[in-house]
Amino acid sequence: MRDTVMSMTPAKVATQDSLLAARDLCFHAGGKRLIDKVSVVIPEGRRTLVMGANGAGKSLLLRLLHGLLPATSGQILWQGAAPDDRARRTQAMVFQRPVMLRRSVLANLNFALSVHGVRGAERAEQAARALDMAGLSDLARHPARVLSGGEQQRLALARALICQPRLLFLDEPTSSLDPASTQRIEDLINAAHGRGVTIVMITHDMGQARRMGDEVIFLHAGQVAESGPIDQVLGHPKSEAARAWTQGRLYTSSTF
Amino acid sequence: MFSFGDIMAEALALILNWDRNLSEIVVLSLRVTLTAVLLSCLIGLPLGALVGAFRFPGRAVVTVVLNALMGLPPVVVGLFVYLMLSASGLFGPLQLLYTPAAMIIAQTILVTPIVAALTKQVVEDLHGEYAEQFASMGLRAYQRVTALLWDARYSLMTVALAGFGRAVAEVGAVLIVGGNINHVTRVMTTTIALETSKGNLELALALGVLLLVIALLVNAVVMALRASAVRAAYA
Amino acid sequence: MLRRHLFSLAAGAALALGLSGTVQAQDQFIVVQSTTSTQNSGLFDHLLPIFQDKTGIEVRVVAVGTGQAINNAMNGDGDVLFVHAKASEEKFVAEGHGLQRSDVMYNDFILVGPSADPAGIAGTKDIAAALTKIAEVGAPFASRGDDSGTHKAELKLWKEAGVDAAAASGGWYRETGSGMGATLNTGTAMGAYVLTDRATWISFGNKGEYQIAVEGDNRLFNQYGIILVNPEKHANVKAEAGQMFIDWILSTEGQQAIADYKIDGQQLFFPNAEG
Repeated sequence: MRDTVMSMTPAKVATQDSLLAARDLCFHAGGKRLIDKVSVVIPEGRRTLVMGANGAGKSLLLRLLHGLLPATSGQILWQGAAPDDRARRTQAMVFQRPVMLRRSVLANLNFALSVHGVRGAERAEQAARALDMAGLSDLARHPARVLSGGEQQRLALARALICQPRLLFLDEPTSSLDPASTQRIEDLINAAHGRGVTIVMITHDMGQARRMGDEVIFLHAGQVAESGPIDQVLGHPKSEAARAWTQGRLYTSSTF
Repeated sequence: MFSFGDIMAEALALILNWDRNLSEIVVLSLRVTLTAVLLSCLIGLPLGALVGAFRFPGRAVVTVVLNALMGLPPVVVGLFVYLMLSASGLFGPLQLLYTPAAMIIAQTILVTPIVAALTKQVVEDLHGEYAEQFASMGLRAYQRVTALLWDARYSLMTVALAGFGRAVAEVGAVLIVGGNINHVTRVMTTTIALETSKGNLELALALGVLLLVIALLVNAVVMALRASAVRAAYA
Repeated sequence: MLRRHLFSLAAGAALALGLSGTVQAQDQFIVVQSTTSTQNSGLFDHLLPIFQDKTGIEVRVVAVGTGQAINNAMNGDGDVLFVHAKASEEKFVAEGHGLQRSDVMYNDFILVGPSADPAGIAGTKDIAAALTKIAEVGAPFASRGDDSGTHKAELKLWKEAGVDAAAASGGWYRETGSGMGATLNTGTAMGAYVLTDRATWISFGNKGEYQIAVEGDNRLFNQYGIILVNPEKHANVKAEAGQMFIDWILSTEGQQAIADYKIDGQQLFFPNAEG
C-alpha cells in the first residue's frame, strides 16, 4: 500500500518512490505565515493534485517546490537530496495565464529547445512534432500573442513539455478556458503522464479533479489539511476544510 | 525680412543643384552618426538589459546616473574628448584628433547613455512579465538578456532612432573634436554653423531643412523594415 | 539564424565604413590653426589649392577663435599657427611654443553701423573720436568679447579713446562672446555698431540696412603673423611640411596669391612679408 503521503508522519516522507518532497516547509511574508510547516511527498509517475480554497497557499506551494521562491525554512528534496540547477531544469511549469514571448508560435518552441542546447535540424524536427501534437501546426508562423486563450495555453504546455521534463507543475491551467479547450489541455496532460511525466497540478474544479487526479494534497490556511489517494480524500474527507469543499460550502482560511 | 517661401525655395534649389560638395557633407554626416549609433547600441543594449533585468546592490544609483547622463551637453563631451585626444592628451599618440574617428567617439559617448537608459526601462518592463517563466526555464544570465533584447526589438528600434536623432542634430561635440575641416570633417550641422557665421542664413536654413528630410528618410526606412518584418511574421 | 548573420555583416560594414576615414591615405597633410574670420573670408579656399597643387601637401585648417587657436597650438594640436594677434603671437614664441614669428599680410578693421547712424559718426576718419561719441550717446555697440585678435584690437581702441567700455557691459556695450559672423548677426539684429575686419564684412551675407561708418584710420590696421609650432615641444609636429607652407606663404608666389584674392573686385588682404 503506498499510503506514504500522510503529512502526519514526516519521518516517512522521503522514500525511494518520491521524486520530490518537502519537509517542514515554511514561508513567511508581511508578518504572516503563508506556508506553515508543510511536508509533502510527490510520488514519481503519478498525478498529484493540490487543492484548497483561495488563499490556502496552493500557488505559493507550487512555486516553492519548483524553486521560484526561496523558503523561509524547511527542506526541499529532489530524489532525496537538495535540488541543484540541473535537477531544476528537469522540471517545468505552466502558469494560469500563459506567458507568450513576442515571437511566432514556432519561435516560442525553438526558444525552449535552444535553452536546452538543441539546435539545427534536430530542433526543427522536435518543434514540428510538438506543434503537431498540440494541434498548432497551422499556426506555426503566427505571432503567439494573437492566439486565443486556449491555443496559447496549448502552446505553453507544448513548450513546457518539449524538453521532456520529469516533473510538470501546472497552476490552474484551464480555469479561464472553455470546455473544448479544457478537454484538449487535459488530453495533452494525460498523454504526457502516459509517457511517464510526473504531474503536480492545482485545480479548483471537482470534475477535473476526478478526471485528472491520482493523489490529492488538500491545503488550508497554509497547512496540509489532508492528503492521500483521490477517492479517499474526495470521497471520504476527514478534515473540516476538505469536507466543506466537497460539499460545495463556501469558506475561507479563517473559517476553521 | 525672412520669408518662409524663400527658405524653402533655397532648400529646393540646394537639392536640385546637388553637387559633390553636398554629397561629401551628407555622406560624412550619415557615416559618423550611424557608426556612433551602432557602437552605442553594441555597448548600450546589453548594458541597459543587464541593469533592467537583474537586481544588484547600487542598482538605483546606476539608474539615476544613466538617466542623468542622457542630458550630457554635447559641447562638454566635445571638450572632454578633445582633451583626451589632443597631442598633449592621454591618447594624443593615436593622432585621432580632427578626424571622423574622433567625431564618432564623441557622438558614441553622447548616445550610449540614451540607449542604455531607455533600454533599461524597456527591458525592466518586459522582464516583469517574463520573470517567473524565465526562472522556471532556468535561464542563465546571458540567455535572459538576449531573450529580452530580441523580444523588445520593436521598442529598441525606437530607442536607436532616439539616439540617432540626438547624434545627427548635435554640433557642439563634432565641431570641437573634428575641427570642421573642409573635405575632411565637415558635416551638415557644422556646415550650418559655418554658413550662419558667414551670415548666409537662408542657406543655413536650407541645409537645416535638408537635414530634417534626411532624418525623416532614415526614420521612414526603419519603420518600413519593421512593418515588413511584422507582415512576414504572418506569412 | 540568417537575420543574425545579416546583422553581423551590416555591423562589420558599418564599422569599417565609419573608421575607414581615419586610415586615409597618409598623403602629406598639415594642420593649421587659424581664425574663423580668415576662414570665412574665403582666403583659404583660394590659397590652399595653389599650395597643394605645387607641393602635394594638403592643408587642413581648423578655424576657431584666436584664443582657442593659440591654445590648440600650445597643446601641439597643429603644425602652424596663423592668426592676427601680434602681442599674443610674440608671447607664444617667447614662451617657446613656436619657433619664429613672421609678418604675412594685413587687412583693416572697419566700424559698421545702422544706416540710421544714432551716434552720427558716419564718414568720420577718426576712430577714437567715433568711439567716444558712441559712448557719449550710449548707442548700442556689439563686441566680440572673446579674447580674439579682433577683440583685443577693439579694446586697444577704446583705451585710445579713453573710454571704459567694460563698465557699460550689459547696457549699450554688448559682449556677445562669439565669433565675427555670430557677432555681426547679433549686432545687425539689434542695430548696434560693430567693429569688424573688412574681409568678413565684404563676404557677410546678412548686411541688412548696414553701412560702413568709419574706415581708413591707420589705427585700424590688422596684422597677420605665421608661426611654426615648436617641434621640440611636440614630437608630432610636421616641421618640414609646416615650414614649406610658411616659406611658400612668405614667398613672392604666395604673397602674390594673397594679393590676387578679391571679392567683388575688392582686394581683402595686403601682403607685407619682409624681404
